[in-house]
Amino acid sequence: MADFLEFNGISKGYPGVQALSGVSFGVARGAVHGLMGENGAGKSTLIRLLSGDQQADQGEIRIDGKVQAYTSVRDAFDAGVIVIHQELQLVSELTVAENLWLGRFPATAGTLDRKRLLSEVGEKLRDFGIDVSPSAKIASLSIGERQMVEIAKAVMLDARVIALDEPTSSLSSKESEILFSLIARLKARGTVILYVSHRLDEIFRLCDSMTVLRDGKLAAHHPDISQITRDQVISEMVGREISNVWGYQARELGQVRLKVESLSGDRLAQPISFEVRAGEILGFFGLIGAGRSEMTRLLYGADVRRAGQVTIDGKTVPADSPPAAIRAGLVLCPEDRKHDGIVQGRSVEENISISARRLFSPLGLIRPKKEAELADRFIARLKIRTPSRQQDIVNLSGGNQQKVILGRWLAEEGVKVLVIDEPTRGIDVGAKSEIYALLYDLAATGMAIVVISSELPEVMGITDRIQVMCGGRVTREFQRADYDERTILAAAFPDATKGAA
Amino acid sequence: MQALKKILLGEQGLVVIFALAFVIVSLFVPNFLTERNMLGLLQSVVTIGIVACTMMFCLASRDFDLSVGSIVAFSGMVAVMASNATGSILLGLLAAIACGAVVGFINGVVIAWFRINALITTLATMQIVRGFALISSDGRAVGINDPAFYDLALSRFLGVPTPVWVMGIFFVIFGFVLNRTVFGKNTLAIGGNPEASRLAGVNVVTMRIWIFALQGLVCGVAGILLASRITSGQPNAATGLELSVISACVLGGVSLAGGRAAMTGVIVGVLIMGIAENVMNLLNIQAFYQYVVRGIILLIAVLLDNLRVSAAVRGRR
Repeated sequence: MADFLEFNGISKGYPGVQALSGVSFGVARGAVHGLMGENGAGKSTLIRLLSGDQQADQGEIRIDGKVQAYTSVRDAFDAGVIVIHQELQLVSELTVAENLWLGRFPATAGTLDRKRLLSEVGEKLRDFGIDVSPSAKIASLSIGERQMVEIAKAVMLDARVIALDEPTSSLSSKESEILFSLIARLKARGTVILYVSHRLDEIFRLCDSMTVLRDGKLAAHHPDISQITRDQVISEMVGREISNVWGYQARELGQVRLKVESLSGDRLAQPISFEVRAGEILGFFGLIGAGRSEMTRLLYGADVRRAGQVTIDGKTVPADSPPAAIRAGLVLCPEDRKHDGIVQGRSVEENISISARRLFSPLGLIRPKKEAELADRFIARLKIRTPSRQQDIVNLSGGNQQKVILGRWLAEEGVKVLVIDEPTRGIDVGAKSEIYALLYDLAATGMAIVVISSELPEVMGITDRIQVMCGGRVTREFQRADYDERTILAAAFPDATKGAA
Repeated sequence: MQALKKILLGEQGLVVIFALAFVIVSLFVPNFLTERNMLGLLQSVVTIGIVACTMMFCLASRDFDLSVGSIVAFSGMVAVMASNATGSILLGLLAAIACGAVVGFINGVVIAWFRINALITTLATMQIVRGFALISSDGRAVGINDPAFYDLALSRFLGVPTPVWVMGIFFVIFGFVLNRTVFGKNTLAIGGNPEASRLAGVNVVTMRIWIFALQGLVCGVAGILLASRITSGQPNAATGLELSVISACVLGGVSLAGGRAAMTGVIVGVLIMGIAENVMNLLNIQAFYQYVVRGIILLIAVLLDNLRVSAAVRGRR
């Protein structure tokens, strides 16, 4: 049987990079097809071409045997192809129904058909068991609900091909389950689903077939996913064997470095107290909205602390400002790297020296040589892959951006406590293990490290101790020896808290 | 205190402020609440009110138009000169509206197509078009030959001057367009999230060009009515109009960050501007002070907008 969706010899180049070269593969009707590869492997480019946003230099996309020559997102819609992007594309000031119709509002002579606007959407949402009101504003929905709305949009359009780009990256596990059942329904209707994810678990659970891209080329195509193993896929992705992603090693722990007493803020249900010793990696795990990131912001002085004390080596960290926290030796690698971490449009060099330059610029004068030196030092030490230190940071992959931010803090020299929120979100397997290795190295030098993550395998894989948060409070603590996936997860769910309290 | 804050920053906050101000002014300012003064007040805000209709769309789509004052003056000149030259008022009016629309269209093409910052583009066209107005008349006012032209502004229907009717009709039309048409929803969508709108299949470039062209066209109408009211084409008419109009919109809750706009808000914003000026006139406050007051009102408007946005963000978390 011929494949329903086919990519034939797709090539696409950007100035300086050949993003895709000669990629060909097909997906059968009604199949969920996994698309994997490290960042920069060409997944996003392929998705962009499929979405009609950009056009391939060479090659063709066929749907149901017909060559698709669309040149805009609109054309792709009409051909039944919908791409749901990683960063959700909804307009927060419009309602659910309006977002679902955006781009093709039902209208007669330009006047909105308001009845149809609401009723059809309500029907579709009910059909698919999506529990949101069509007249609710997007701004009032949770991230998970917004994702559902995005998918409902594809359903509304009777899409024949739906591409999902990292759909679960910001969903809780419950929300992910709803997503998976939606995907099953779509599949039953014969829709082709292209599922892009870093999460092998999901790929193996959902997909019938899969394709691995590496450096813009087809690395492997598996028409039947049950014939392959995870290790095989990982080595296909990175082009080498990675036996243990985490690479955890036990370390000697020193004195208490960071001491947090009764930290309280507006969005925490209960004051939080904990300690981290020199050389220790403490993990905070919890679902979205559990209060982890809120706790982090309070710790760093990014939000106003209502009460509580934070000390490093017995010295108080001022409550109210990130600069004071940095001077006290506490630094943060934020969760939303793009928004809160990197300075977009500026070079790697500037992103590294932005904070530390005050150490060697007492009069506020920039010293270009020093900054270049600093940048080169950290590019070499952290193995940051960039054409030069002058490269705009937005052109780096996620993993390398994270390294730049780590470099920014290591350049501070006096860092005693490193807080890293979602250390590897959106970062591929190869770069992940490099970042973990870096964290172990830093811990070994006596730094106290706090890792916040919503990925349980990651928290379990790299930390010495875990604090589980739920509903704005810490529900349980686990020592590494007692790590057990099910009990940790149970402590993270709201019901478990009620039982404990 | 909390409740007060909620009322003032909420959806209807502006209407509440307006109602309060209206009552207070009616009680304390002599001659304010008279039919004559009310009609005069409405007539005085016709230009601002009409232009604010489309400025609302501009701001809602995250754009900006500084050239409106110049377009109003220029199209007023065109209306008068074309009427005089052809002997036909209708041709004059059409010429004026066409000129306005062309300038707006050019703004739109430069901004949306060539992706030049709207502030810079309209700052440039503002000067160019003002220059055209001055050149075409050699810097002098141009009188109207056919007295029928005056009737545009002087005639009344049911006791209310025609320009006020025109403004009212514009309010209704653009309120409808904003809330009930694809054009309006797409405008808000573009302002709310341009990338999302583009990926959803909205033709953002065309939309933005249309919005600017419409803005120019509406300025043409405002220019005609203004010329008729001041009984001549004045190259220096409507200076600083852009700021009053933007003040009125922002005062009316239109977000400068785009994505948020309401016709009722803009109407109230326009009336607040009008009342402030009217009251200062009634109280014989020197014109120089009126600049200060107008500036302060604009500042308050922007601060309010800021508070409202941060209140909304806090509510969301």
